[in-house]
Amino acid sequence: MSLCLQARKLSCERDDRSLFKGLDLDIRSGEIVRIEGPNGSGKTSLLKILSGQLSDYEGELFWNGAAMKSVREHFLANLLYLGHAPGIKSGLSPLENLAWYQALSGESSEGKGGEEQRLEALEQVGLAGFEDIPAGQLSAGQQRRVALARLTLTPRALWVLDEPFTAIDRHGVAALERQLIEHAQAGGCVLVTTHHELAASTPIRRIALG
Amino acid sequence: MWAFIHKLGSPKWFYGISAKLQPWFWAAAALLLITGSLWGLAFAPADYQQGNSFRIIYVHVPAAFLAQSIFISMAVSGLVFMVWKIKVADMAAAVMAPLGAAMTFVALFSGAVWGVPTWGTWWMWDARLTSMLILLFLYLGVIALRGAFTSRDSASRAASVLAMVGVINIPIIKYSVDWWYTLHQPASFTLTSRPTMPTEMWLPLVIMVLGFYSFFIALTLMRTRSEILRREASKRWVQELVNGQMMKVPAEETR
Amino acid sequence: MQETGLQETGSHSSSHSSSSSSLYGADATADVLPVPLLEHKGGLMIAVKATLVRDLTLLLRRRGEVLNPLVFFALVITLFPIAISPDPELLATIAPGLLWVAALLAALLSLDSLFRSDYDDGSLEQLLLAPQPLAALSVAKVAVHWLLTGLPLALMAPLLGIMLALPVGSYAVLALSLALGTASLSLIGAIGAALTVGLARGGVLLSLLVLPLYIPVLIFGAGAVQAAILGDGVSAHLAILGALLAASLMSAPWAIAASLRISING
Repeated sequence: MSLCLQARKLSCERDDRSLFKGLDLDIRSGEIVRIEGPNGSGKTSLLKILSGQLSDYEGELFWNGAAMKSVREHFLANLLYLGHAPGIKSGLSPLENLAWYQALSGESSEGKGGEEQRLEALEQVGLAGFEDIPAGQLSAGQQRRVALARLTLTPRALWVLDEPFTAIDRHGVAALERQLIEHAQAGGCVLVTTHHELAASTPIRRIALG
Repeated sequence: MWAFIHKLGSPKWFYGISAKLQPWFWAAAALLLITGSLWGLAFAPADYQQGNSFRIIYVHVPAAFLAQSIFISMAVSGLVFMVWKIKVADMAAAVMAPLGAAMTFVALFSGAVWGVPTWGTWWMWDARLTSMLILLFLYLGVIALRGAFTSRDSASRAASVLAMVGVINIPIIKYSVDWWYTLHQPASFTLTSRPTMPTEMWLPLVIMVLGFYSFFIALTLMRTRSEILRREASKRWVQELVNGQMMKVPAEETR
Repeated sequence: MQETGLQETGSHSSSHSSSSSSLYGADATADVLPVPLLEHKGGLMIAVKATLVRDLTLLLRRRGEVLNPLVFFALVITLFPIAISPDPELLATIAPGLLWVAALLAALLSLDSLFRSDYDDGSLEQLLLAPQPLAALSVAKVAVHWLLTGLPLALMAPLLGIMLALPVGSYAVLALSLALGTASLSLIGAIGAALTVGLARGGVLLSLLVLPLYIPVLIFGAGAVQAAILGDGVSAHLAILGALLAASLMSAPWAIAASLRISING
């Protein structure tokens, strides 16, 4: 099954400032789409609209051809959004943080299976050995990696990533880039904003704002 | 139906239609208020118990009516704004809030003044006055919340939600305050519960109430119009309108 | 349900295909591997339970925040005999009101932090994007707030009642009315907390918004204790407190959810 997220005549106006107008957008399986534009051009707002957080826009959104409003739950069940803030509780360990995210989508996170999945996901982002340390004691980059562990822990077709490369070291950036490409090749799609220059070999489509 | 609602929601259309309606409401307000106050203050008979001091009813009661009605219309405007995203509704709600707070204050103040001859004190924890005071706090909350946001869009939505929450709570607050009052001061003298009021006393009251409402509508129309100009200042029709008027004035002055 | 939705898919995309870029037409996507799309599984109870566990763990790890309202409650109650008079008879007459007002303020004090840390670290966004009804998830958060603020306050109140010479026989009613009443207070207060979470300094504004709405609960809560002292029946008061709780439980979650959506965009 392929997926597609479409926007028709999308306009966003915040406090009388028009961010973008009449935007038509088609995002399909196997694509990496990068939203570009200077600071304040509405990249984050566009991602928030496309991930169903912001509702003050004009125009229409379609998820697999059906109007977004009528299939919102199906859309959310297939969406993974990572915003500016990693969404990691400093008082909880990485394992506990991930357990909440697993449970939030309605998957049972209890039992041995869930624990093993979480450990595996943390190992993949290079956090083996940090599982039980309160996330507040981890560095900003490590916290970001905990959030990125969700990409493998809770597989979703559509990734919406707002500046995912922030605070990550070079090695991690390369790994994440690889992960994005693999996800697209597997039929998923990635919607990303970043100031980081992606490797030239990455097959991406660019959408310029502002 | 939809076309009509959206037409109603267009600031430009509202600006035009309100210009036509406004003078009528101002005229009605002036006529009713002058008639009502003359009749109420000069010709209506004095109360057998309170003498002439009862005449403050002609300000107190209409103000109290309006204080409650404005909150309800503010919440309804908020609902219309949230459901249909009609911006004019929010502009109206924004200008209604200070007006409602002012009316609540007038009702409280006239109640306090009335308290001096009736109870011998400026303030009694009378059920009506207490719920009026709480209503004033609700108004101040809505105004403060709207002012606290930097983004106007968020401010409008937050104020709308709070107004709706408030309007659901007003009857609950009113009934519990009434209940509290009867528990603590059974069978005491309340300001305005008069089972038998002669016609020549309540007729001017009705006129005053209608006058207050007309005044409220006229003032809301006027202030919504200036709010439209302020918020839509970047729109073409407003700039054309303003430029048109500016062109006229200097042209006449130079002549 | 889903089937019909997918059938509409075809007609929609075909009608729009002329306007969309041909670069990524049907043949481009055909050689891509099919991606498994997930059906929404439900699992609301799992999500609610995980949220309860998460918030409880977080608060219990920072015990100071749980204890602060209780210390505040005791402190405020200490102020009154000092400010008014240590005379037990006088204190006994005003004790129900004092205890209720102080408990109400203590519960209000901790409200600002209800959504604040979630907002700051981005997990509130994630909560909003969970494929679950936000109202249900926010009730879970409010329930934790009540369990660790309202309930301890209610249990502690009789102790402070002794210090205020509260007549014997009203202690159980005091605790029960507070337990019922603070649940409504947490729910109503959460609306205010959700509305002000996006503001840098929402604390004072929050009390301004929420305190007027607390008045009915205060009237019947303090009234219940008063009635118990006078020897009147208290069941009517407690029933009304229960009704207020039921009403807030039915309506407040929607208002909280709507307010959170507004604040996240602020």
